Amino acid sequence: MNVAGLYNYWIVILLMMTGFYVVISSGNLVKKIIGLNLFQASVFILYISMGKVMNGAVPILREGVTTYSNPLPHVLILTAIVVGVATTALGLALVVRIREAYGSVEEDDIHRQDESL
Amino acid sequence: MSDSMLFLIVLTPFIGAGLIVVTGNRPNLRETVSVATGLLLLAEVASLVPDVLAGETPGLLLAIPVPGVPLALQVEPLGLLFALIASSLWIVTTIYAIGYMRGHHEIHQTRFYAFFAIAIGATMGIALAQNLFTLFLFYELLTISTYPLVTHAGTPEARRGGRVYLGILMGTSIGFLLLAVIWTWQLTGTTGFKAGGILAGQTSPLVIGILYGLFAFGIGKAALMPFHRWLPAAMVAPTPVSALLHAVAVVKAGVFAILKVTVYIFGIDLVGGSTASTALLWVAVLTIIGASLVALYQDNLKRRLAYSTISQLSYVVLGAVLANAASISGAAVHIATHAVGKITLFFCAGAILVATHKTRVSELDGLGRQMPLTMGAFLIASLSIAGLPPTGGLWGKWYLALGALDAGYGILVGVLMLSTLLNIAYLLPIPLRAFFGQSPKTAVQFSEAPLPCLVAIGITTAACVTLFFFPGPVYQLAGMLIP
Amino acid sequence: MISAQLPALQVVVPLLAAPLCLVLHRPFAAWLLTFVVSGISLLVSVALLGQILEQGVIDYTFGGWAAPFGIAYHIDFANAYVLLIVTAISTVVSIFARRSVASEIEAHSQGLFYTAWLLCLTGLLGITITGDAFNLFVFLEISSLSSYVLIAMGNDRKALTAAYQYLIMGTIGATFILIGIGLLYMLTGTLNMLDMAQRLIAVADSRTARTGFAFLTVGLGLKIALFPLHLWLPNAYAYAPSAVSAFLAATATKVAVYVLLRFMFSVFGIDFALGAMPLSTMLVVLGSVAVLSASTVAIFQHNLKRMLAYSSIAQIGYLVLGVSLATPAGLTATLLHLFNHALMKGALFLALGCIAWRLGSVRLGDLGGLGYRMPWTMGVFVIGGLSLIGLPLTAGFISKWYLVLAAVERGWWPVVLVIIAGSLLAVIYVWRVIETAYLGKTKEAVSGTEAPLSMLVPAWLLAIANLYFGMHTELSAGIASQAAMVLFGGQP
Repeated sequence: MNVAGLYNYWIVILLMMTGFYVVISSGNLVKKIIGLNLFQASVFILYISMGKVMNGAVPILREGVTTYSNPLPHVLILTAIVVGVATTALGLALVVRIREAYGSVEEDDIHRQDESL
Repeated sequence: MSDSMLFLIVLTPFIGAGLIVVTGNRPNLRETVSVATGLLLLAEVASLVPDVLAGETPGLLLAIPVPGVPLALQVEPLGLLFALIASSLWIVTTIYAIGYMRGHHEIHQTRFYAFFAIAIGATMGIALAQNLFTLFLFYELLTISTYPLVTHAGTPEARRGGRVYLGILMGTSIGFLLLAVIWTWQLTGTTGFKAGGILAGQTSPLVIGILYGLFAFGIGKAALMPFHRWLPAAMVAPTPVSALLHAVAVVKAGVFAILKVTVYIFGIDLVGGSTASTALLWVAVLTIIGASLVALYQDNLKRRLAYSTISQLSYVVLGAVLANAASISGAAVHIATHAVGKITLFFCAGAILVATHKTRVSELDGLGRQMPLTMGAFLIASLSIAGLPPTGGLWGKWYLALGALDAGYGILVGVLMLSTLLNIAYLLPIPLRAFFGQSPKTAVQFSEAPLPCLVAIGITTAACVTLFFFPGPVYQLAGMLIP
Repeated sequence: MISAQLPALQVVVPLLAAPLCLVLHRPFAAWLLTFVVSGISLLVSVALLGQILEQGVIDYTFGGWAAPFGIAYHIDFANAYVLLIVTAISTVVSIFARRSVASEIEAHSQGLFYTAWLLCLTGLLGITITGDAFNLFVFLEISSLSSYVLIAMGNDRKALTAAYQYLIMGTIGATFILIGIGLLYMLTGTLNMLDMAQRLIAVADSRTARTGFAFLTVGLGLKIALFPLHLWLPNAYAYAPSAVSAFLAATATKVAVYVLLRFMFSVFGIDFALGAMPLSTMLVVLGSVAVLSASTVAIFQHNLKRMLAYSSIAQIGYLVLGVSLATPAGLTATLLHLFNHALMKGALFLALGCIAWRLGSVRLGDLGGLGYRMPWTMGVFVIGGLSLIGLPLTAGFISKWYLVLAAVERGWWPVVLVIIAGSLLAVIYVWRVIETAYLGKTKEAVSGTEAPLSMLVPAWLLAIANLYFGMHTELSAGIASQAAMVLFGGQP
């Protein structure tokens, strides 16, 4: 298997697993959001790197260039980044409200306050 | 004309229930409505008799909820017989209930009469169902509409009884009966009741056996052991409910459905002699003997009667699984004779409760001098349940015994004899104690139950005796089942 | 011609109304706008269904950019049917929402609430109607983000943690879907789902296709709340405002199920999805466990909204079981149950909303004697509950009938037993409530009787719909079977 040639995917997987681990393992609600961001960022890189065509030029129409990289994934991922930002904003807003209501952003504390959860 | 009459028959009790709710604040008017609805219903059912005796089977399509599975009504001899029994006894029970509910100062009487009417409507639906789906629908409606009647008292005991009642009836019907209905439809593409059955030649004997088992146990209202516990549990209900619903309408709906499935879905040729029917035969025998033995040891009068009902219901199941002309008509006749007998016994039990607040057999010593009419009726009805002359109960057993001999089961005649002895053993001591036992009280004076109760008891006791001398009409309808 | 623009209007009307709602701000105005827009959406979806009945499918391209380059909406029986469910539920529940929301949410936040409602509606409709995979992801996020907001507005502080939990799991799910779509794009070079299906045929036997499929399935599994990915759902439904519980329970998971079906059947094709991949086995196991375990857990819940939430997880198990059968009959059962379950859960959650409005609580212990104090409300609960159990004359019975029949046809007896066992468990958890309401002791402290008419009427509308669709199934079962045919690749 061509390990070196697929290095972008290895980075994606590394980032994704890091982010996922933070989301699962951290009890701090803010850190969970950060982990979620890392997790999403890995997907952004997956999309961005997939748009690159071997020996392709920047996708701006020019004389003498026949091979262009694919701009569409970049455009797509711009949208996904916006969605990601919105999610982060909403998540953090919820964390603020949770802190107002419980006086803590630690999952354990919150669970202790609501035994039923 | 008689087509739309079918719809009217099912609809009448529901309209009656609505009127009962509307007139709820005026008890006299409410109970007049109740009785009037009963009379109207009986007239409507009776108007079908000439058609059916002439061999016609009017039918009516109501709706088609699922393609190929219509909601439809159709009358045939067995259904008509059942509808006649239920609707005529409803009137008697309503008269009885007026005395009982007032005499016993029951609460929520409007709710009681309204759900009673709905339950009768569901019973009519079962009697007139043209196919398995319609039957299942009204079967479930009957379960649900009787739940508020069973839990009428609202006490913890009533709630517990209600849970067992609903749990077993709905558990068996959804668990087995619905499955059997869908399976039948999948095999044959129809759920319609048809003379001679629809399953013949459609599938292997193994599947037939499983299906028959699913039907027999799925129709939990027939109270085949081990799914019989709901019936004693339902005895927490007011006595008119136990009398009409849990001695006639509900339990008879169960055995009626088994008979109907046997005759019109499987066909007697398919059932007779199959392995499954032989197995069920012994389940029925076990239930007959087992429930009678349990009844011997029940001190609570209504529970003793309930176990007696469980035992008697299996006579009908026995008739169904023997699957020959004599046994099927015996089963149908038994539905009628047991109905009048058992309802009388329950009426008496309720009358004793209203007059003396006694519920236990051991408390009844010497009661015969206080309530001679009630205990006299009890004696006659006991004879009818045991199947002794001069009561109608004889005929059902007679034809069942003939059917057993036809099917080559001589031993079943022995079983029937044994059961008769057991019936005598657990029922006759009650009037005997009442008439010859020593009352704990020194001075006993005549104080009977309220008049409406006595009237009702009188009517059903007379019916017990009348059926001995004139079983003709019942037998004529029953005989039309198997041409 | 406006009739040609209906597919765009279906999504654009609520989308444009959302910011307007924010500007209006006043609770009544915002509510009225939401109601009117939901009503218009309903009319549009009915008109679309009418067009589908006439001409089969509608292809709509935005700005004249032809597929597969532009974003195209592709409407056939399957999604026209889901559109109808979503808009109808939104309309009915929005009638209910006015009084219910007024009692649960502060006046100054109600404008925001309705804005989020409209955005959520937009998202759900967009997911359903679009024929473009990436567009689907965007709408998915619109509906998800707005539903997090809606849930967080519940008046218990647990609503916040529930919304947070949902946000984390929902975002992971959405990201998985994004990865899946990305991998498919890598493989086929197109985002148009029909086009994708064409090109996938040649390259289906590749690791990328299988990985993409796995990511999509897991991501959608999270959105559907398929066991064991259901952990976010009970709290989210239990602590959301009553109207939101009703709306989301009846629509959100349904739309996600539709997306799963769309990818399984229309994009990957049945042979790949249920043949090459071991999905059928997986779904039958997960569906069975979902039905049995969630129904059992529901029996032990004291908060009735939580109980219904667990019941929803069980119902999703039924939907999945229908799919796992991999026959047109099974798929028909799933689609039919999609519709019927929306009706019954809608009715039940609205009944609970009325109870919450009156008592301020939906705990079982507080319900004693309620059957006499709120007879109309409990009437809805009884009808909805009987439908959930699957008694004849209710919509639930029709679902069970088709589902059991499909399983019997396939000869999968264990599945039949699971479905029946699930119904029996439903008897227990529904009857606990009915028994308490009619036979339990009334609490002294509480006063007042029925909920207001504006809440009872929508609840009864759904209850009557449960009865109607238990008797007349031309619409529900008829369209469901045609939709199943479409998904199976046949002509309707």
